[in-house]
Amino acid sequence: MKMSFKRFVIKRAVTMFGVLMATLLITIALVGSNMDAILNQSVAIDVQKQVTDDKHLVSTFKNPQDLEAYIENQKQKRIAALGLDKPWYYPPKLGLSMYKILTLDFGHAKFLTSDTGSSDVKDIILEKMPRTILLFTTATLIISLIGIFLGALSGSKINSKLDKMTSTFAIISSSFPVWWIGMLMIFVFAFVYQIFPARATPLIPVTDPGYIGSLLYHMALPLITLVLIGFGSWAYLVRNFIVGIMQEDFVTAKRAAGISEKKIIYTHALKNAAPPIITVLALSLSGSLGGAIITEAVFDWPGMGRLYYEAINVLDLPVIIGETYVLTAFFLVSIFLADVLYGYFDPRVRKG
Amino acid sequence: MSFSSKEVWHEFSKNKIGLAGIGILVILFAMSAVAVLTIPIESFKEWNDPSSWLTFPKSALPAWVNYFLSEKMPEHMILQNPQVASQNVGDIFLTSNIFVVNYSYDKFPSDFIYEYTAKYAGSPLLQIWVTRPDGKEFQLISTSLPQSKIETSYHGFIFSTDDSMMKNIRKNKDSFMFPIDSLLAQDIVFSKTGQNNVLNGYYFFKVNLYNVNSKSNLETSKFILGGKVYGLMGTDELRRNLTVGLLWGTPLALFIGITVAIGSVVIGLVYGVFAGYKGKKTDESLMRFNDIIYAMPALPLLIILAVTIGNSIFLIVGFLVLFGWVGIAKVSRSMALQIKTFQYVEASKIMGQKDYKIIFKHIIPQLLPYAFASIAISVPAAITTEAGLSFLGLGDPTFPTWGQILHDANTYGAAARGLWWWILPPGIMIAVTGLAFVFIGHAMDVIVNPRLKR
Repeated sequence: MKMSFKRFVIKRAVTMFGVLMATLLITIALVGSNMDAILNQSVAIDVQKQVTDDKHLVSTFKNPQDLEAYIENQKQKRIAALGLDKPWYYPPKLGLSMYKILTLDFGHAKFLTSDTGSSDVKDIILEKMPRTILLFTTATLIISLIGIFLGALSGSKINSKLDKMTSTFAIISSSFPVWWIGMLMIFVFAFVYQIFPARATPLIPVTDPGYIGSLLYHMALPLITLVLIGFGSWAYLVRNFIVGIMQEDFVTAKRAAGISEKKIIYTHALKNAAPPIITVLALSLSGSLGGAIITEAVFDWPGMGRLYYEAINVLDLPVIIGETYVLTAFFLVSIFLADVLYGYFDPRVRKG
Repeated sequence: MSFSSKEVWHEFSKNKIGLAGIGILVILFAMSAVAVLTIPIESFKEWNDPSSWLTFPKSALPAWVNYFLSEKMPEHMILQNPQVASQNVGDIFLTSNIFVVNYSYDKFPSDFIYEYTAKYAGSPLLQIWVTRPDGKEFQLISTSLPQSKIETSYHGFIFSTDDSMMKNIRKNKDSFMFPIDSLLAQDIVFSKTGQNNVLNGYYFFKVNLYNVNSKSNLETSKFILGGKVYGLMGTDELRRNLTVGLLWGTPLALFIGITVAIGSVVIGLVYGVFAGYKGKKTDESLMRFNDIIYAMPALPLLIILAVTIGNSIFLIVGFLVLFGWVGIAKVSRSMALQIKTFQYVEASKIMGQKDYKIIFKHIIPQLLPYAFASIAISVPAAITTEAGLSFLGLGDPTFPTWGQILHDANTYGAAARGLWWWILPPGIMIAVTGLAFVFIGHAMDVIVNPRLKR
């Protein structure tokens, strides 16, 4: 049941799009009624204010009952115009909200604003996105470099002291929550030794030319934490790939041909381990983005994760929906890339 | 391919790591038993009620740190049995309580609190005086209790941070050879006059309650000298006893971890085996659905679920199961695909055995060893995810989990202020609990896997 690579890619893409839609639908189902209730309230307040502020209009009513009736009527009109009288699952309305989200039109945030003062959810997210990408891509790259090197080294010396230390470190380091290690790092490097700032948000404004430098300095502590907690399991993974490959026939043949062990590991074995490594790289990038919510909250890193955390705290629903969409899209793109890369390198995966 | 429990145990007992895991687990269960037996269930509610922790010290280190320090930190002292005296001069009735303490520590107390219940009619006057080892006498406070025409019981606290107390104490600034304006009450009352160091010796705290016309009583009367160390694990910024919180966290973490793991594995197993056994269209559509859940970003969705639907501990367990079963379903499906080709399965099918009977009698029992290994391996993820949610402030607020303790620690900036005893123990507990299950799962994997490869 092997299928062509093209069909495989298309099939995966369709699944991923399905997942994106399903996630969006669930999100809207969960927050939609809440959002409508909040919008209803703000419409009611708006109308009340508009009418009572208009002294001329108020004076035309003879008694308060008429005025009340007029206001109520205006409210209903406005609510109907905005489609708020329909439930979230009313098909045209649902379609419209899905379409809006797909085209990145998330509306305006209720409370949160971007550093430049815009309340457009798209602006806010686009402002935070580069910082999250900067931190987590840098961390993932450093982690994978250390991990591949250390993994190859311990894979070449199975059961050596280094190999055992790597495995132990991998198991122990992956048992601690990253955010807890983050708190410890803040304790050690911001309180005991005052090397790095405890809060990772630079104090100078974005427009200042020194902002980038300050941002990089503030990035040091979260970066060190992510690398520290991450490289162990990477090394362990690469080690296992290498150990598996070193038992294969072609390696034995190379050994018999007199090629040095070192050369076999760093050229032939690593080359063969590349496809799974690239796949895991893509997967861990997306995985770290999910973890960004908590990690950024601990370090107060001004990225998408902290934005999400803030949005939850004040229940800023447009921001929550927008962020969920963007995070899901990121997540799916990297899963998709991982899948496709793996399918490209290893045709066995493509079976139905 | 059958496993007898004896056989499994025999192999397991040879695995040192697995035994270490069992050992840790036994200790954790013992801690849970201690928590359940010694701490009444109703007191769960008190964890987030600040008034139930008032008589505890604020941000106190664990008591054992004193063994490592040359200058001893004060322990928490609750002075309860004062010398009671009462007298009357004409219309004026006086009740006085005198607390004596021999203060022998090298550091100032963290604060002091007077807790009382006064029974009176009218509006009595409450005064507190301190007589220090050097004979100096300071008035700490002079306040009248709320007016009441009938006899009433009034329960109150007087804190060392009270403004009028600060004013009274600062009146004595001529006694001290250094400026005291910026010092806290306890740092002045317990200080030598020459320099700002602790003056050791006997302190007498005298509480006088004056009333006109009728006698008034102090029914409860406690003088609390806030320690800088307390108990096995110290206290947090909200004066809560961290020993209690950490103990409570153990059964909660085990409950969450084990329930989520069992729930996910049972659902995943049945779902996967059903899909694999049925095959064709059923398999295809069930696995598509599985793919969709598998690719969903769990944490954002968990957050939205907790925000909109609710965050009771049982709901959170349910949400975690919702995302936990997919991986297991995938593996069980591929195992079921193998097993259903075995002759005895095909034989019972030909004999007209019903599908659900074949699944539950012939296929699932074969997967039980794998299921137990997966349960052990799923527990740590469930515990850390719940801790993460609690850390974001989305956990069940009525139960103090380790994640919640860390959430509070982060809210009060414990890391940047160096309150290490608030941060280290909960995280270590999370990791150790996770490790115990990782060890057990690892050991079971070793037993289970070579046989399944056959």
